[in-house]
Amino acid sequence: MEWVNAVVQGTLLGGLYALFAAGLSLIFGVMRLVNIAHGDMIVLGAYLGLSVTAILGIHPLMALIIVVPCMAVIGYVLQRSILNQTLGGDLLPPLLVTFGLSVILQNALLEIYTADPQKMNAGSLETASVSVGGLSLGVLPLLTFAIAVAVIAALQWTFYRTALGRAFRATSDNQEIAQLMGLNRRHIFGLAMALALGVTAIAGIMLGIRTSFDPSIGGGRLIFGFEAVIIGGLGNLWGTLAGGVILGVAQTVGAKIDPGWQLLAGHLVFLAILAVRPNGLFPRISG
Amino acid sequence: MTAFLQLDQVTKSFGAVTVADELTYGVEAGEALGVIGPNGAGKTSMFNLITGTLQPNSGKVHFNGQDVTSMNAAKRCRSGMARSFQVPQPFSGMTVFENAMVAATQAAGLSGHEAEKFCLEVLEQTELLDRANTLAGGLTLLGRKRLELTRALCARPKLLMLDEIAGGLTEAECASLVKTIKDIHASGVTIIWIEHVVHALLAVVDRLIVIDFGKKIAEGEPHAIMKSPEVQEIYLGIEADA
Repeated sequence: MEWVNAVVQGTLLGGLYALFAAGLSLIFGVMRLVNIAHGDMIVLGAYLGLSVTAILGIHPLMALIIVVPCMAVIGYVLQRSILNQTLGGDLLPPLLVTFGLSVILQNALLEIYTADPQKMNAGSLETASVSVGGLSLGVLPLLTFAIAVAVIAALQWTFYRTALGRAFRATSDNQEIAQLMGLNRRHIFGLAMALALGVTAIAGIMLGIRTSFDPSIGGGRLIFGFEAVIIGGLGNLWGTLAGGVILGVAQTVGAKIDPGWQLLAGHLVFLAILAVRPNGLFPRISG
Repeated sequence: MTAFLQLDQVTKSFGAVTVADELTYGVEAGEALGVIGPNGAGKTSMFNLITGTLQPNSGKVHFNGQDVTSMNAAKRCRSGMARSFQVPQPFSGMTVFENAMVAATQAAGLSGHEAEKFCLEVLEQTELLDRANTLAGGLTLLGRKRLELTRALCARPKLLMLDEIAGGLTEAECASLVKTIKDIHASGVTIIWIEHVVHALLAVVDRLIVIDFGKKIAEGEPHAIMKSPEVQEIYLGIEADA
C-alpha cells in the first residue's frame, strides 16, 4: 500500500511538472526557441502571485485572474522586443539571450523580494485531504493535477481546433510559406509566448502554494520541465503530461527507497529513457 | 496610368548574379500572362520580388493601385496576391483541409463556418475534396501540386501566381489541371504563370513574356512569340537558321 501511495502521490506531483513543462514545450514547438529563463519565469509568476495576494488580500487561486494576463502581456512584449531578434538559423543566440534573461530575472527578484524563502498562504486548501480507498490524497495536489490536465487539454484544443492553433502549426511547419499566407511571424510568435507565459503563471502560482520558493530555484524547475518535455517527446502535449507523471513517480518512488534519492531517481529514469528512446516516449508523428 | 500589377525597373542581384535586370511590365486585371525562359533566368526570383520574399535593389512594384515595394510578404498576401511553388511546400504536418484553412483564415480573413465552407468549395474545384483529411505530407506529386493551387486559391487572390505547376505531371493529369486553371481564370482572377510545359501554358494565357538573365527579351501574342527566332534560339537552344 505504501508503494501504491508513492505512485499515486508521484502521479499528482507529475501534474505540477507538466505545468512547468507545458510552456516550454509550446515555445519550442512553435518557434524552436529553447527558453533557458523558463524556470525563472515560473518563479516570477510565483512572486507576482505573492505580491497580488499581499496587496489585494485575496486567495492565491484568485490571484490567477490577475497574474495570468500580466504574464501573457510580459510574454508578448518580451517576444516582440527581444526574442524575435534572436531567432534565425542559429540556435545559439536565443540560448545566450534567454540565459542572460535568466540571470537578470534572478537578480531582479533578489533585489525586490530578498533571498528569504516565501510562501503563498492558501489557508485550509494546503492541508485539506480526501480519503480514497485507504489512501489519503491532498486536495491541493489533486487540484494541481486537474488543472494540468485541463491546461493541456485546452492547449491541445487550441492547437488543433482554432485558427490561432493552425497559425501556430503553419508557422512552426514552414515560416516562409506562412508569411506568404498572410501570417505575420513576429506577431504569431508574440502570441505563442503570451500563451506560454500565461500557462507559466499558473505553474508559478501552483508551485508557490505547494512549497516555499526563493529567487534561486528557477534552475531546478527548468530541469524538471525539460525532463518532462523530453521524456514525453518534443512537440507532443499529452506526451508532456505523461513525461511529468513519469518524472514525478520516479521521484516519489526514489524517495521511498531512500529519502536522499528523490532527485537522483528522477534524473536516472530520465537518462534511462533518453538512452532507450532518444526521441522520447511519444514523439510527434511527422508527415 | 499603371496596370493592375506593374513592375517598374525592378532590379535585383546577388553579388555578380543578376536575377532581375530593370524588369518592367504590367499585367491588366483579368489577364492571364505566361512567363517562359531558360532555367536560372530569374523567373522564380521575379515571383519572390512580387510577393515580397525578396526586396529589389531598385525599382518599384505597384499592385492594385498601391506601391507595395516596401510592404512585407504577409501584408502583400492579405492585399490579394497568392502564389504556388515549383517544388510544393505544404505545411506537411497538417491535413489538406487545415492547409486550406490557414490561407482562408489568415490571408482571406474568413472565419468560422464561412471559412470552412469556402475551403470545401475550393477543394471541390481543385479535386482534392476526397483527400481533405489526409496529412499534406502524404500526398502524391499531383496531390501536392493541387494543394499548392488550393492554398493559393483559399487566400482568395485577385492575382494568382503559378510556378511550374504542370511540371512533372502526366499528360492526363496536366490536362485536368489546365481545365481547373482555365476555370479559375474565367472567374475573373488575374494569373501569371511560369511554365516549361508550353502547350499547357498556351491553352490558357493571353500574352507571353520571355525572360533570360533577369531581362525581359520578348513580349507579345503567345504563338507569335513562340515562333520568333529570338525565342527559338535563346529559350529552346535551337539555332535560328538551323
